[in-house]
Amino acid sequence: MENAISANGISKHFGQLKAVDNVSFNVHEGEIFGLLGPNGAGKTTTIKMLTTLIPMTSGSAVVAGYGVKKSQNDVRKRIGIIFQDPSLDDELTGWENLEFHAILYKIGKQKRTDKINEVLKLVELEDKKDILIKDYSGGMKRRLEIARGLIHEPKVLFLDEPTVGLDPQTRRKIWDYIKKLNETHGTTVILTTHYIEEADYLCNRVAFVDHGKLVALDTPENLKDKLGGDVVSVQVNGKTEDFKKLFKKHAWVKTISGHDGSVDLTVKEGEKKIPEIVDIARKAGIGIGGISLHKPSLEDVFIYYTGKAIREEEAQGWRGIIRAARAKHR
Amino acid sequence: MDTNAIYVLWLRDMKRFLRAKSRIIGMIMMPMFFLLGLGLGFNGLIHLSTGGSYLEFLVPGIIGMSLLFTSITSGTAVLFDRQFGFLKEILVTPNSRASIVIGRVAGGATTAVLQSILIVIVSLFIGFQPVISSVTFTAIIFMLLIAATFISLGLIFGSIINDFQGFQLVTNFVTLPLFFLSNAIFPLSSLPSFVQYISYANPLTYGIDGIRGALTGTSTYPLILDFTVMVAFFIIMVIIAAYAFSKTDVD
Ligand SMILES: Nc1ncnc2c1ncn2[C@@H]1O[C@H](COP(=O)(O)OP(=O)(O)OP(=O)(O)O)[C@@H](O)[C@H]1O
Ligand SMILES: [Mg+2]
Repeated sequence: MENAISANGISKHFGQLKAVDNVSFNVHEGEIFGLLGPNGAGKTTTIKMLTTLIPMTSGSAVVAGYGVKKSQNDVRKRIGIIFQDPSLDDELTGWENLEFHAILYKIGKQKRTDKINEVLKLVELEDKKDILIKDYSGGMKRRLEIARGLIHEPKVLFLDEPTVGLDPQTRRKIWDYIKKLNETHGTTVILTTHYIEEADYLCNRVAFVDHGKLVALDTPENLKDKLGGDVVSVQVNGKTEDFKKLFKKHAWVKTISGHDGSVDLTVKEGEKKIPEIVDIARKAGIGIGGISLHKPSLEDVFIYYTGKAIREEEAQGWRGIIRAARAKHR
Repeated sequence: MDTNAIYVLWLRDMKRFLRAKSRIIGMIMMPMFFLLGLGLGFNGLIHLSTGGSYLEFLVPGIIGMSLLFTSITSGTAVLFDRQFGFLKEILVTPNSRASIVIGRVAGGATTAVLQSILIVIVSLFIGFQPVISSVTFTAIIFMLLIAATFISLGLIFGSIINDFQGFQLVTNFVTLPLFFLSNAIFPLSSLPSFVQYISYANPLTYGIDGIRGALTGTSTYPLILDFTVMVAFFIIMVIIAAYAFSKTDVD
């Protein structure tokens, strides 16, 4: 398989800070590839290097068949990018922003008009096309930027947090469009995201980055498998230790942990194992108060690799809420 | 050259210019105040050795001033494009940096010259009487050259400077000296000799002299000399601008 992107030991240093530190990966042609990592991990910096916007400190990269350093213009012709930060001209209308983009990519008048109408329809901004960007809402601006990145039908599409600030329905629509674009046009897509579901839903393969380093790279399934399977949490009435001992004998239970009457078992295909777990416990005379199944998410995998959540602030937010709720009950 | 990029950037400036009516008025107000204040105040006091009225002398100078200020601002507007993120959208497209520079120069120069023509028209109402001759309309060429030269200079600053403090510094320590150390409001011969020498190195001097020659029939140097010097300044500036812009950061 051909590579749409191949990054070989690319680094970017800002003074002392190694924003991107010797990162290598390949993105296959026709793939949807995800870069996941917490704030400041170096995702945007990586994308800026690959899209010729900033020079790399060291390393080399080939994008769409051309060297990023030597053949900037050939790379630029074949890529599209949706930036994380705003990039529209506020004093132009939506239509003008799109049209200027199309002209900058040398698209002829007729094709230009057709294509702009098509992408406007996709992001449902047809009725707003003639108003100035400064009168758009945040979500509308984002949608217009997405539309703009698609006009010139790039071979390799870079999406830096494409759906930030969009409502769930629009986000879903954009996902489906990206998928369709990928399937029908064979567009290679590389995206960064904070939304685990986004990566899970879209990406064929995912790379985790943290502190400028690539810490893991695989398909979402394989990454989750690294955790050994699903977590089945069992509420045991009383005999917790007996319960644990009981399951140590079974090879299909990968790990056992737990306290205070709750035991976590890591098993493959947890939903199928639940009846068996219940059965074994009943035969041993141990009562079960309840069972819950937790399928590992990419978030869990990320925590496994780095010891922290991708969206730390959000995780803390949840903890905060739980803490507050507990305090109230007391 | 990527003519499409030149066209887009020119068109963008035109649209923004025509849309910002209040900005146009604002940009014409200052030259008009200068014209009224200096022109009417000094008209009876200053007598030029060449014989013409001071107002006749001043109008081309004020046009030069307006061109200088608008052009440097228009060049440094790269700063705003960087701030608002539009710069990266332009820089990631497959167009040479030189075309982008030329597009900006073309757009900025067109709007600056349109403003100058407005100033000429308004000054007709306060008594300015241009001498109509075969070279009158070459004034527009000199206006374009002044604009293009200083937009390029603005682009150089805009490419190097990353913050708005820097922008203020440029306005105070580049634009104002360029204005005062020129023949804009006083004939060079009436200035101290060290100011005269500095003024010889100032492109604005030759641009304004050219406009003066074209509109009033009286100039210090032959028009062809003014023209040649301005073209030389422009070429040097635009080359440096293209180089500086090719090295600029996206954010
Ligand atoms: N121009 C710059 N100058 C100095 N430091 C920079 C610059 N650009 C980025 N950085 C630093 O590099 C690191 C990586 O930034 P980057 O924007 O690539 O992170 P990211 O993974 O995209 O984060 P986020 O999820 O918040 O978008 C950060 O610590 C950031 O402060
Ligand atoms: Mg980022």
